[in-house]
Amino acid sequence: MKIHEYQAKEILRKYGVVTPRGFPCFSVDEAVEAAKKLGGKVWVVKAQIHAGGRGKGGGVKLAKSLDEVKQHAGQILGMQLKTHQTGPGGQKVRRLLIEEGADIKKELYLGMVVDRSSQRVALMASSEGGMDIEEVAAKTPEKIHKVIVKDPFKGLADKDAEDIARKIGVLHDSVPQARDLLKALYKAFDDTDASLAEINPLILTGDGRVVALDAKMNFDDNALFRHPEIVALRDLDEEDPAEVEASKYDLNYIQLDGNIGCLVNGAGLAMATMDIIKLYGGSPANFLDVGGGASTEKVTEAFKIMLKNPRLKAILVNIFGGIMKCDVIAQGVVAAAREVKLGVPLVVRLEGTNVDLGKKILAESGLPIISGNNMADAAQKVVAAAKGR
Amino acid sequence: MSILINKNSRVMTQGITGKTGQFHTKMGKEYANGKNCYVAGVTPKKGGQTYEGIPIFETVREAKEKTGANVSVIYVPPPYAAAAIDEAVEAGLGLVICITEGIPVRDMVRTHHKMLGKKTLLVGPNCPGVITPDEVKIGIMPGHIHKRGPVGVVSRSGTLTYEAVGQLMEVGLGQSSCVGIGGDPVNGLKHIDVLKMFNDDPQTEAVVMVGEIGGTNEEEAARWVKAHMKKPVVGFIAGVTAPPGKRMGHAGAIISGGKGTAEEKLAVMEECGIKTTKNPAEMGKLLKSVLK
Repeated sequence: MKIHEYQAKEILRKYGVVTPRGFPCFSVDEAVEAAKKLGGKVWVVKAQIHAGGRGKGGGVKLAKSLDEVKQHAGQILGMQLKTHQTGPGGQKVRRLLIEEGADIKKELYLGMVVDRSSQRVALMASSEGGMDIEEVAAKTPEKIHKVIVKDPFKGLADKDAEDIARKIGVLHDSVPQARDLLKALYKAFDDTDASLAEINPLILTGDGRVVALDAKMNFDDNALFRHPEIVALRDLDEEDPAEVEASKYDLNYIQLDGNIGCLVNGAGLAMATMDIIKLYGGSPANFLDVGGGASTEKVTEAFKIMLKNPRLKAILVNIFGGIMKCDVIAQGVVAAAREVKLGVPLVVRLEGTNVDLGKKILAESGLPIISGNNMADAAQKVVAAAKGR
Repeated sequence: MSILINKNSRVMTQGITGKTGQFHTKMGKEYANGKNCYVAGVTPKKGGQTYEGIPIFETVREAKEKTGANVSVIYVPPPYAAAAIDEAVEAGLGLVICITEGIPVRDMVRTHHKMLGKKTLLVGPNCPGVITPDEVKIGIMPGHIHKRGPVGVVSRSGTLTYEAVGQLMEVGLGQSSCVGIGGDPVNGLKHIDVLKMFNDDPQTEAVVMVGEIGGTNEEEAARWVKAHMKKPVVGFIAGVTAPPGKRMGHAGAIISGGKGTAEEKLAVMEECGIKTTKNPAEMGKLLKSVLK
């Protein structure tokens, strides 16, 4: 799960990470009020969307008067902000963060993730802050330093934190501050079951302070059951409506650009199904894993979600029945197809437990279901059907 | 021969009183030598009861001492599953197979740390389990699609493993053992560990390795294959069409920071002498083509 920058900063502040003062705003008036409350002469107006690259897209502006705050807030609120992470359509800006200006002397980078090769939490840091870190990693990998939190029960060691702070260019007098900030970042990451925490940039100010100018946090979906306070921060406006709908029925759904809907049991087989559609010249409209216990209701909802996609030209159901019996899935498909009044060709491939019974149910349903004999046959048939052949 | 489990394995089910645990214990007991293999169940506060004639104990240690069980399979719900693994490791079991999907990564990082220096092997979590066809089935895979034979199967996915097995059967090939290592980012045995076991197993003549996007496990396994493997390996990687930054069902199936793509994995595997296919419907045929 993702949250907004201002929410991530609120969490980090509780752990002692220093950030600029600021307020979230939902209107231009609120933005001006926030600037007045903050005082000073310089403010930053920041679009709050879940995608990165906001500055380059025109979603972050400096204001040197209250009039400018008003002007920028008016421009940014409601705009379709396009960044390299939003896709070509952009994301509508509904929230702003108004912050006090900062005296930036140096920009650094901090990132924390679960590192798969060490199976531990890793801290990555670089002297090259404020830039796209993937670009830094590609061009100058030697400028990225990594430290593994070896013992999760002890956390980030003082020495490791100090070492990495020095490596990225924190000056001697500011090292203790940076160490405390890094340790606080780990504590926040660990306590909240985060899957990613990123501060880009972390800045050194003219007066030697270490401040998190930006913040991003993602969380482990599997741990949300023990974090109602994080779940409360979810912003459904930032998520794909089809994916939100699917999550209500415990369906694993991801919208893609193509026109062939896929309904599959199991994540690996679902990916492989998308791959084989592509291989035979088609294009998948979605990833959809109905899981191990797909009921008629779940299958029906899955069909409804897929059919909302205006690009949809055909649907492929690919089931390898293990514990899930093919006859049960066949009944679900038939019931769903009847209920939703399917307007596109449907190809079904069944294999595994009770496969003959499942095929019989489909054949006797009277519905125009195209049967696939195996995965390759089904994929070829659905690609042809989507092309109107 | 086979790897990890055989007809002499003695199995306890942790979470035997839950619906899932009951169902799959019953299925496992009914498969091949399962009647002799499934000897115990563990559920706190339900000690003294039985299920399908299998005695239930309060703790893993007690179940091990009273029945001689040396393998545990876990169907405990996600919030308590990591603690269930810890308990089995503490009790000194040789093998723990954790089926549970949805364990928080933070819990698994801690469990992984506690397992350092212990002798217990972990398969999973978020996996279908392990089967040695015609001997014993420990997990949620459909037993009847398998047959004893010369091919080892190792995979991060459940149903895609069944697909591979189905294709092997179509070309007339049985399996030595099939191991689902699971789709989570922090887990027990990796592809490389299972390949080492297949390499040492006299029954196994060739291996199907099924991977997916995310992480670099497949690449590490491929490099080991190049240096040490004496048997042919073929591979498929799911997720060529997966968009970056999206979690494809499995918690570990994600391309992050441009890393963990299917193309990258396939390229390294080919470089290391593993024949790969981009067509998931051709895993069986490909394996047959390399078998002498």
